[in-house]
Amino acid sequence: MTTRFKGALPALTVLGPVFALLAAGIFFAFQSDRFLSGQNFSLILQQVMVVGVIAIGQTLIILTAGIDLSCGMAMALGSVVATKFAVDYGLSPLLAVPCGMLACVLIGYVNGALVTAIRLPPFIVTLGTMNIAFAITQIYSQAQTVTGLPEAMTFFGNTFQIGSTSVTYGTVLMLTLYLLTWLFLRETAPGRHVYAVGNNPEAARLTGIATGRVLVGVYMAAGLLYGIAAMLSVARMGVGDPQGGQTDNLDSITAVVLGGTSLFGGRGSIGGTLVGVLIVGVFRNGLTLMGVPSVYQILVTGILVILAVATDQLTHKKG
Amino acid sequence: MNSKHCIALAMLALGAQVVQTAAAADEPIVGLITKTETNPFFVKMKEGAQQAAKAQGAKLLTAAGKADGDNAGQVTAIENMISAGAKAIMITPNDSKAIVPAIKKARAQGVMVIALDSPADPQDATDALFATDNFKAGELIGAYSKAAFGGKPAKIATLDLFPGHPVGIARHNGFLAGFGAGGITAKTVGQSKTADVVCMADSYGDQGKGQTAMENCLQKNPGINLVYTINEPAAAGAYKALKAAGKEKSVMIVSIDGGCNGVRDVKAGVIAATSQQYPLKMAAMGVEAGVVYAKTGKKASGYVDTGVTLISDKAMAGVDSKDTTYGLGACWGK
Repeated sequence: MTTRFKGALPALTVLGPVFALLAAGIFFAFQSDRFLSGQNFSLILQQVMVVGVIAIGQTLIILTAGIDLSCGMAMALGSVVATKFAVDYGLSPLLAVPCGMLACVLIGYVNGALVTAIRLPPFIVTLGTMNIAFAITQIYSQAQTVTGLPEAMTFFGNTFQIGSTSVTYGTVLMLTLYLLTWLFLRETAPGRHVYAVGNNPEAARLTGIATGRVLVGVYMAAGLLYGIAAMLSVARMGVGDPQGGQTDNLDSITAVVLGGTSLFGGRGSIGGTLVGVLIVGVFRNGLTLMGVPSVYQILVTGILVILAVATDQLTHKKG
Repeated sequence: MNSKHCIALAMLALGAQVVQTAAAADEPIVGLITKTETNPFFVKMKEGAQQAAKAQGAKLLTAAGKADGDNAGQVTAIENMISAGAKAIMITPNDSKAIVPAIKKARAQGVMVIALDSPADPQDATDALFATDNFKAGELIGAYSKAAFGGKPAKIATLDLFPGHPVGIARHNGFLAGFGAGGITAKTVGQSKTADVVCMADSYGDQGKGQTAMENCLQKNPGINLVYTINEPAAAGAYKALKAAGKEKSVMIVSIDGGCNGVRDVKAGVIAATSQQYPLKMAAMGVEAGVVYAKTGKKASGYVDTGVTLISDKAMAGVDSKDTTYGLGACWGK
């Protein structure tokens, strides 16, 4: 299998982000006495759950050497469809939520179909669907925020207690999805095929992998994940927000790259993405606790992204 | 990338800030969340809050949305500030409706929330609102235009904010009411249109989009002779479009904001008159209210008008205004 890592190569790309996260955590623990608490960690997880779930889909796509710019807009469309179906048409949340997810899966299908059937570059395809999804969201919602949601739609924003720490169900869902994706990529044949297609599509095809089907499947699975992220966003905000998700595409790519996944495809891990998502969340939270303006978080993220990509590039050449 | 590098990087990025973090335990903590980091209006607001916090012995936390319209970023900022122990939070909502659930949660935890500059929807979702009376700001330039036109028929273009925003609606309707349209009040729902208005377009408060909007309006009706703009960048865009069409001398532009660039444009004759508002004062009053709440438990409430002044170098009889020398002394931005 071409997916096996060789020698010490992964050490830097895998351990680097973990060290960065730990170092940031230690630094903030010394800087603010409010950082090191279960409640604050739960808060950070809760704040990254939407981008966190989007980043799972983004990881799958980047592993195939693709990229998805439409994810945030797909998420916004899904949340507006689900909330409007429930509020305006009085549909039960049990039906309205799947409708919202379906909208996201459809966008994923269009992305996958265009990438495989017409062999358009993923960057261009998803740039197009990003704008299409944004426009449909605005037209359909008339740019109005959807309020007055049934309580069931915000379930994942509810909390339960672990000791004195309150944890949202959405956080648990996000962590579960990471675990499932990790198992999928590691233990199943389709999971290995994702790596193979990203590593060398021609070789993958010659070994009998239906590369087209793998790609369409990956884009649709990513769409489903954006749909789940949409429901988490609805639960977190308590509204259907047509202006939502506008920076989530770059935010999720940032997390994936910080986590050590290669933009060239075929190399990377889903655990790294979770670490990448957490690095951004920890910096944002920690700097606010310290009273440092949030723009410094953007500065630090920018530096870390370049370090991560440079590390990948250097190890790639040596490998 | 190893841990040493990362710590070094973090220290580098934080630099001077690290020193000031050893805050005294009894120092009241007040938060300010603006729409974006970059708009000079909010930069001035932050400056006002910073000065007031220093004078009052309070610790100020600041954060902002990543872009205009970014609600999620503001929700995250509210949560982090509560976690940091803020007693009062001031916010200029990016999405007046979507922010409400997060504000409710903050207030349920005993945090006083004050909306600055623009209200939440509903307005009573926050404890108090410190803002410009936007309807009045519109009325002032409307009355000025009416006096300047003195009965000459007007063909008006309005370069508005974007659909549905309460500030855009209040300024637009205030302008028309000041210009003499009957039946329009601060309570009128949606942007009104009178017979004088020949073109209504959205500028998003942006110079480039304002220019495009003006070009399209001139295409629609070349006879336009009065332009209302939501803010001064939109006015600057409108002026460019008018200049390109050779109409900059015969068309009057009025605006709202009172930023330093805008006041200079008034001085240069690009804008005839502008209604100046005071972001620094909004934030300073917010910090003071926060400190009072932290110390005594007494909350600010209701709507507080932070004032608005008409700035023009060509005073009109019957309309109070101040000249650009005054305007430049009180302006925000650079």
